Amino acid sequence: MTDDSRFGLARTVTLPGPLLLDGGARLSPVDIAYETYGTLDAAGSNAILLCHALTGDQHVASTHPITGKPGWWTRMVGPGKPIDPARHFIVCANVLGSCLGSSGPASIDVATGAPYAMRFPVITLRDMVRAQAMLLDHLGVGMLSAVVGGSMGGMQVLQWAATYPERVQSAVVIASAARHSAQNIAFHEVGRQAIMADPKWRGGDYYDDGGPPAAGLAVARMAAHITYLSEAGLTEKFGRRLQARAGNQEGAKSFGFDADFQIESYLRHQGISFVDRFDANSYLYITRAMDYFDLAEEHGGLLANAFKGTRTRFCVASFDTDWLYPTSESRAVVHALNAAGAAVSFVELSSPFGHDAFLLDVPELNRVVDGFLRAGEAA
Amino acid sequence: MPAPLDFARDERNGYMSELRPDLAIIADHVKRGSRVLDVGCGDGELMDILRAKGCDARGIEIDRDNVSLAVARGLSVVQGDADTDLVNYPDDAYDYAILSQTLQSARVPDKVLADLLRIGQRAFVSFPNFAYWRVRWSLAWGGRMPVTPALPVSWYETQNIHQLTIDDFRAFVAERGVTVENAWFLTGDRRRGAAGANLLAEHALFLLKR
Repeated sequence: MTDDSRFGLARTVTLPGPLLLDGGARLSPVDIAYETYGTLDAAGSNAILLCHALTGDQHVASTHPITGKPGWWTRMVGPGKPIDPARHFIVCANVLGSCLGSSGPASIDVATGAPYAMRFPVITLRDMVRAQAMLLDHLGVGMLSAVVGGSMGGMQVLQWAATYPERVQSAVVIASAARHSAQNIAFHEVGRQAIMADPKWRGGDYYDDGGPPAAGLAVARMAAHITYLSEAGLTEKFGRRLQARAGNQEGAKSFGFDADFQIESYLRHQGISFVDRFDANSYLYITRAMDYFDLAEEHGGLLANAFKGTRTRFCVASFDTDWLYPTSESRAVVHALNAAGAAVSFVELSSPFGHDAFLLDVPELNRVVDGFLRAGEAA
Repeated sequence: MPAPLDFARDERNGYMSELRPDLAIIADHVKRGSRVLDVGCGDGELMDILRAKGCDARGIEIDRDNVSLAVARGLSVVQGDADTDLVNYPDDAYDYAILSQTLQSARVPDKVLADLLRIGQRAFVSFPNFAYWRVRWSLAWGGRMPVTPALPVSWYETQNIHQLTIDDFRAFVAERGVTVENAWFLTGDRRRGAAGANLLAEHALFLLKR
């Protein structure tokens, strides 16, 4: 298996498809960029699929090719971690619609030889999950010991459990929800409008010349980034402290519109560094997919129906300072799972970091996920 | 005088020395392989024993740290509240629902009991007896709210907002047409008979059937 070119870091596969999308379009071919870690055991019983969040990617525990930073979930994935390549065969794929190698608006449309841009079909989270299932078929993975994800990744986990219940033994849903709320949609719409208001966006056809709508995308990222943090966390980290700047006395107001406050400087940095690694059109498509997400709607308006008769075990975790996907959303999922008679664990963890806590150092989260996964593997 | 509880059953070794007497009785009387919902399961020690008996055990617990401990040991435990979260469980989903030392702190105990017997075919319910003679003594002669081993917390800190006696509970279930299949009475870790239990027992455990 070590010689098999399907396995390893920085893989890409072109699957013939077609992938029939919820919106009615057929996508063909379908490129999927992914990474695998560890080795699939002979019984095929140790596979774990990791689902990434909105702006995440397949580099879950490997160096990011653009930023040079470590993988986005090295606190959860790695030697001695709850998800361990020594025990598990780990798959993480760039979602459909994204821009790190999987088919998305920046991909070339073979029919025209030009990037799809806004001609890429609108996709849903279920489409992303179907594409992941195609990838797993290609990799020869039938049963998943677990599907694990936070935020949009958690939504994919729920979608997995609802769409392919017979393939999912354990599901870990962190800081997530079974639908996008009006507030979630509202924040996304602010981001999309910021991108579309940038004159460089040009209806999405910015790939050939003139450069991307970096200013719009940066503003979208700044607005979104606020939702990932807690008010208390921001106060602790930045408070009302002012920037030290050349030519300015430290801590003095400029009586202008430079980034006086440290929080302004921090957000500007977040925005600017984001545009180097992310495609603005992908941001439009993936936020739209999240806004369309409502698992109950697919099942007659009753979320419990999404999990009727399920044999999947679930672990749901939320964070007390997460106001983007608050505990009440996780509870709604848990109540539906209880109603469906599913085996479910749920805990609201304490962290000052807001929604971003699932990516940060929360030892309690690791203990919970580790215990939950091991119990499933022992069964 | 009845013998002290046998704490040396092989199935539970390692836990026995710490397992609360009412939980030990429940662990002994839940049938092997049954479906059990433990409401107020703490860190899951009873569930762990029931799991070893081949039961499909699920739990609800209000305290975050207890829930984390229970989930980390691989148990299916949900952070929640007996008063608000039982409503989501379907009818007849469990063979047994367990409510140990929690009834007296429920906001709406009659609703909680009705939910227990809706969700489970049978229910184990244990509670401290407010008519225990030491409690009566403290109130009648001391004129103070009792602080005893079974009720260790002062009036201003206690979670026990619906104190009850064994006779209260008997009347309560009789009014609702609920069958008492079995009952155990305890003082400390010693069992005692039903005679005079309302005066002499510190704790009671009932096995109820719809």
